[in-house]
Amino acid sequence: MDLSVRIGSLTLKNPLIAASGCFGYGTEYAELVDLSSLGGIAVKGLFLNEREGHPPPRIVETPAGLLNAIGLQGIGVHRFIAEKMPELRARGAAVFVNICGTTLQEYVELAKILSDVEGVAALELNISCPNIKEGGITFGCSLHGTAGVVEAVRAATRLPVIPKLTPNVTDISSIAKAAEDAGADAVSLVNTFLAMAIDVETRRPKLSNIVGGLSGPAIRPIAVRMVYECRQRIRIPIIGMGGIATASDALEFIIAGAAAVQVGTANFADPLVWPKLVDGIRSYGERHGIKAIAELVGTIDTSAREKEWISS
Amino acid sequence: MPLDVAAEVISNVRLSSDYNVLALAAPDIATRALPGQFVMVKAGNCLEPLLRRPFSVFEVLEENGKVVGLSLLSKRIGPSTTLIYDAKPGDRVQCLGPLGRPFVPVAAPDEAWLVAGGVGLAPFAMLAETLRAREIRTRLYYGARRAAELFYLDMFEKMGVELVLATEDGSRGDRGRVTLPLERDLKARPASASVMLYACGPEPMLAAVAQLASACGRPSQVSVERVMGCGVGGCYSCVIPVRTSAGTPHFVRSCLAGPVFRGSEIVW
Repeated sequence: MDLSVRIGSLTLKNPLIAASGCFGYGTEYAELVDLSSLGGIAVKGLFLNEREGHPPPRIVETPAGLLNAIGLQGIGVHRFIAEKMPELRARGAAVFVNICGTTLQEYVELAKILSDVEGVAALELNISCPNIKEGGITFGCSLHGTAGVVEAVRAATRLPVIPKLTPNVTDISSIAKAAEDAGADAVSLVNTFLAMAIDVETRRPKLSNIVGGLSGPAIRPIAVRMVYECRQRIRIPIIGMGGIATASDALEFIIAGAAAVQVGTANFADPLVWPKLVDGIRSYGERHGIKAIAELVGTIDTSAREKEWISS
Repeated sequence: MPLDVAAEVISNVRLSSDYNVLALAAPDIATRALPGQFVMVKAGNCLEPLLRRPFSVFEVLEENGKVVGLSLLSKRIGPSTTLIYDAKPGDRVQCLGPLGRPFVPVAAPDEAWLVAGGVGLAPFAMLAETLRAREIRTRLYYGARRAAELFYLDMFEKMGVELVLATEDGSRGDRGRVTLPLERDLKARPASASVMLYACGPEPMLAAVAQLASACGRPSQVSVERVMGCGVGGCYSCVIPVRTSAGTPHFVRSCLAGPVFRGSEIVW
């Protein structure tokens, strides 16, 4: 089966991308995983400058889920380019650089800096991190803010521009539409769900940041629904994510309308999940006589269900 | 380079209602492991817990001179350690390792004093073995709640390790924290005799050991355990503040920069 997928002008080897924040800068996994075997690697969100992030505890597990508030600790874009990009290039990784800013100007500056860097495949705009007070999600929660960032970055780079959307809004499809209208090449969805967990013995929040973002299998059905809703509203490719751990999970997103998928939390539990996902998708393709994964995108068949509903 | 294997459980010895030693057929990980390194482990293919947990490699298991696996010393405190406690021979346990920076062994004539609190004994069987091979005089300060929770004393004695024990209820050794006899002995020690302190246990104990060490002008190496998501540097959850040359603390990932740190390095 042909596993290649197109995201705007970009062709990926397969639809499996490591999700930002869940794969370090990629280099951490180089001994465990053939980085060039992934469709892409969305590196940990980068600001212009280094950041310390939140104090621990930064994660807590919940049923079938992981709650995190890392706070975007990071080395900043310049150190990333100097220290990480050479190895990522040498290993043949398709690098999606996830960028975050506190101002519109910071996004633009990051985009300009990265546009000249060899080996950067695309820019993923982090306008959806629930764990930092300023910037990021304040753009992604409004139509105007989303459109503003996408337009500004679009004008500053020739790289594919892919805003990553938050599910913590009333109607994610209208945000996706605003991103499309502003010139986005694709959209990534969803980031984590704002959530919290409390230790009842001490009555203290389990995370130092009090609230965090929920990921993992617990959120998957909601994320699938959001991909499905966005597919009805926009034409640009959707990169779907939220709790994918198996090939079947990935296929669910693709059938709902995602051209590619990202895998995050599952990589923590099993860093060798990648070849299993590829094999699982291939064997599905063989069983169903599908020659190219692109044929499967958005092929959900709702007709029978709709009829049942009307007749009942 | 770390390996990931679905390791078969060779045996599971319950030492008490909370403590157990799980032997895993992971010879390729065992042969690579150095004292103080850890493995990321999950018993069972469940969604709760979702992630693996870090465990020090307790013993490298040999049969007829051949490495057959490794063991973990575990204390049951939550869902993951309950799965480890309940595992049966023949079960498969996912095991990734060896990971992290090991202890740096001293050279003679320096002495090594190991300080263990409870399940913090785990990395010291391998370390004591390495030190024995280097003919280092080694002492183990080992503290637990009560005498019944002091395990493997004979194993350490057989390796020629001098034991100094403490229990919180006074049922064996000094009554109170293990840092009591440690402090007494450190202060009685002539400054000319070099001692390296190695510590593993609850973080307040590690802080106390590191502070005692620096107060007495001794170096220390501590093995920390922070809430860890992936064990390989991907998630940035297991961070601990260390001192920088600029004087401000900086969060580093304990899975990559540790789990063993110089005691003086950490901002306690």
